[in-house]
Amino acid sequence: MRCSRHSFALAVLAVAACTAAFAQTANYGGVGRTPSKEEIQAWNDSIGPEGKELPQGSGTAKQGEEIFAGKCAACHGPGGEGSQLAPRLVGGRGALNTPTPSRTLANYWPFATTIYDYINRAMPPKQQGSLSASDVYALTAFILYKNEIITEGQAIDAKSLPQVKMPNRDGFIPDRLENIHSLKARGCDAGHCP
Amino acid sequence: MSAKRSPRRQFLKGGAALAGFAAGAISSPGKNLLAADASPADLHAYGQRSHFENDARIGSLAMWPIMPGARRDYGFRSPLQDSMGIITPAALHFIISHGHEPPDIDPREHRVMIHGMVNRPLIFTLDEIKRLPSVSRLHFLECHGNSAAAGPTGDPRKVVAATVQDTHGLTSCSVWTGVPLALLLNQAGVQKGASWIVAEGTEEGKHTKSIPLEKAMDDCLLAYGQNGEALRPEQGYPLRLLVPGWQGINNVKWLRRIYVVDQPYMGMMESTKYPSPRLDGKSRWFESEMGPKSVITRPSGGHQLGARGFYEITGLAWSGGGAIRRVEVSVDGGKTWKDAQLQQPLAAKAHTRFGFAWTWDGSETVLQSRCTDDQGHVQPTIAALAKFWGVGMDYFRLPATTADMGNFNAIQPWKVGRDGSVSNALLEA
Repeated sequence: MRCSRHSFALAVLAVAACTAAFAQTANYGGVGRTPSKEEIQAWNDSIGPEGKELPQGSGTAKQGEEIFAGKCAACHGPGGEGSQLAPRLVGGRGALNTPTPSRTLANYWPFATTIYDYINRAMPPKQQGSLSASDVYALTAFILYKNEIITEGQAIDAKSLPQVKMPNRDGFIPDRLENIHSLKARGCDAGHCP
Repeated sequence: MSAKRSPRRQFLKGGAALAGFAAGAISSPGKNLLAADASPADLHAYGQRSHFENDARIGSLAMWPIMPGARRDYGFRSPLQDSMGIITPAALHFIISHGHEPPDIDPREHRVMIHGMVNRPLIFTLDEIKRLPSVSRLHFLECHGNSAAAGPTGDPRKVVAATVQDTHGLTSCSVWTGVPLALLLNQAGVQKGASWIVAEGTEEGKHTKSIPLEKAMDDCLLAYGQNGEALRPEQGYPLRLLVPGWQGINNVKWLRRIYVVDQPYMGMMESTKYPSPRLDGKSRWFESEMGPKSVITRPSGGHQLGARGFYEITGLAWSGGGAIRRVEVSVDGGKTWKDAQLQQPLAAKAHTRFGFAWTWDGSETVLQSRCTDDQGHVQPTIAALAKFWGVGMDYFRLPATTADMGNFNAIQPWKVGRDGSVSNALLEA
């Protein structure tokens, strides 16, 4: 039960029910401080499937190709084919209904926003934060283009990236995000889901 | 607080000022004892175990390279074969960090932020977190790949020589001390429409995990203590999230941020690495809860029985669904089952130790345990799991690099040979 001060003052009948919850929210004065909007923005690098947090900037596969050659190819291979140092980013398409499915980016990843999010937070190793937003958009465009998911000329930005449908977007159960949270409603039982 | 002045206290004060402490913190009189007052060589300042004891974790943090034939192992496994009671010493707790070494975090510099769909975004220092009401709770942590993915001996399920460290070493249990996440979320004031949180770590790669708000408000902790002392660096020092009973990946280490949102955020690990593929090509994701599971730790794979006669069979049982209510043991290959003795405490979502009196008559046999939790859920056989997943037993013999069915909690049989050798019989039946 959620109890704001306002509703607490008004809903006299709910006092008994609210007291326990309200007591938890009170009297921790002086502990913690409110961050500024700028601080929050600087810390928040999460990009969800709707891309609400995506920054300004834009990039194409052509721009991404150059950045990839300089920053990524040493580990992921010149064409993103992977190496002993880092996983394959291009190719690996094939049927998933086998006991040995190919779980590559092109064949398995459900959301294109995850590509941006992961490059931005984790790449390149030891140099995280060195890529600009447009660099990350360009690299995302390059990977998507090499996997034949977008065309070469398509610019990737805050508006277009969440619209990109990955080939395996419908390959997960449950597929609707609003149905994931309830294990019970999904029929999961004792650690196993159907 | 007393205002006793000492050079050390002044040093601490200076350090705090340097670190930009605006909010008051209670400084501990014991801090920096080693640095200020004692020789690091003084073995009594921080105890060591006997040099006769050599239990150790096995494994590797390396995720890459993935050369053909290379050992594919994502973590250090805990030596359950010599475990005692239910607490895993912090130095032996399993580690999974997805290839990342622990960051070296100065606790004075560390901050955790709660923001997103809240009325009052908040930033806390570690000292501020420690000013809030704390709880200490027993909880296991288990990797969802425990007993499934590859280990140092290859896929432990099909290796006859596998030890319980190989097959089950990605579970551990500690007393965790920290602040309920619900307390912090209530302080921030969660807004209507919020339904998930995203937790983020500080390591290279900043792992993120989406967790339903309902679970976050239920029993999650921001933990800074483990078994009576600060978390070890490889367990998330100075602050980690604890999501009791759920897949290990949820328990974000080196916690720096809680973002309140209205849908799962589909981080790389949760959306691409942790779903379990089905044979029809669809994948289950966010399976979350770990099922009821038990294993005999002694005698177990690699142990060697001496003379025939009395041996106590002992092991561990746990369930993400609650407390363990019952453990049964079979010493005749599953023909008959008898109740084992459960040792107190029977804590929810924690390891429970069981014991069973057994006299070995020198013949070949198979030992196994199965548990039931307080929801009435019973640990399945491997055949029951195969049926549930719609796969044949041959599925479990596939290369581990592709067949990655998580949350594997089947009954574990150990075969005792006439010579007293003990070996893995999971796929022998």
